[in-house]
Amino acid sequence: MSDATLYGVLGAVLVGLGLFGLIVHPQPLRKILAFNLIGGGVFLLFGVVARRGASAGLGGDPVPQALVITGLVVAFAATALAVALLLRLFQETGRATLRSDDSPP
Amino acid sequence: MAFDIGLATLVLGVAAWTIAARDTFAAVIGFVAFGLLLALVWVRVAAPDVALAEAALGSGLTGGLLLSASSRLAHTNGSAVIEKPSAIMRLAAALFCTLMSAALAAIVLLLPEPAPTLAPQAAANLAATGLGNPVTAVLMAYRAIDTLLEVVVLLLALAGTWSLAPDHLWGGLPGRGDPVDRGGVLTFDAQLLVPIGILVGIHIFWVGSVAPGGEFQGATILAAMWILAMMTGLVDAPGVSGRWLRLALVVGPAVFLAIGLAGFALAGAFLAYPESHAKLVILTIEVPVTLSIAATLALLVAGPPNRALK
Repeated sequence: MSDATLYGVLGAVLVGLGLFGLIVHPQPLRKILAFNLIGGGVFLLFGVVARRGASAGLGGDPVPQALVITGLVVAFAATALAVALLLRLFQETGRATLRSDDSPP
Repeated sequence: MAFDIGLATLVLGVAAWTIAARDTFAAVIGFVAFGLLLALVWVRVAAPDVALAEAALGSGLTGGLLLSASSRLAHTNGSAVIEKPSAIMRLAAALFCTLMSAALAAIVLLLPEPAPTLAPQAAANLAATGLGNPVTAVLMAYRAIDTLLEVVVLLLALAGTWSLAPDHLWGGLPGRGDPVDRGGVLTFDAQLLVPIGILVGIHIFWVGSVAPGGEFQGATILAAMWILAMMTGLVDAPGVSGRWLRLALVVGPAVFLAIGLAGFALAGAFLAYPESHAKLVILTIEVPVTLSIAATLALLVAGPPNRALK
């Protein structure tokens, strides 16, 4: 198994791990955290595809690498917006939960 | 190889911790460590540009944002115990996610050989862009439209964040306005670090044309310095309807778009650069874009307006 394949499998496991956190954690902040873990895994898969495309004296294909940089910035923007929404929800209701019923927590 | 196996195990362990940790704050700390380790992985797969972005943005800014949110939501942790899904649900989720990982891993193992790549084309046309870093060439020349759209996405995210402000605070200042640790070690740290950090940020941006670095990595460092200065009260956060602030936010996308449109006249296509002056044109875009990205990132961390304008 080459280094690239090893990190590819790591990326695959990170996606699964993040997805698990996204499903089972009830707190929205933990879901945002898990979402970022999925992102890390997906980006790493891109990195592995880039690494495998090493040629012409470059260590990796620069196109997927540039895509990942774009992706990191967009993931940050999405995270910031999600956190702002969550904090506003907390400010309005005093709770940070995604449950829609009105029973006290 | 032994190093890679060790690193991969470590990344996996820290990632598992961020999911399994009982305390949200501890999970976020785990996430910051995860980001830094992931940056090492990026170096190992020969992507130093991504490593810089991961360390600065993925770990640093995202970590800071989540840390401050988790401390504000700290006492809501208790209610989560009641909402926890049942054991069967958790088992089903675990099975589903394992399947997902297995499918992705299978895809990785079955990737075509030889791998398709655009590296030769990227390297062959590098001279025409006047740049020495192929990743920057992709971001600023070959796929400049992605970067243009991305800068607009950042602005939209900021507009979305600001629009969460209560009506009476519109145009006010973000943040809580009480500097942490006034006159303490952190303030002293910030006084030392901010000027150096600004230099490092500009340097990372500037070398991006020939070496690992670039406008996103540099802008993230600049944003971090502004955040540090705001946190410690060295400067106050700006009112979100200030004219200079608005100008700093839109100057990057505006210049980018203008040069993109000028491409029709000068080189016959949107975002095409005249070959003889490609590097000059790219720098003309990059300088205002870096400024705008830095301001947008810092204000995204600062959040919606929270105090009325003085």
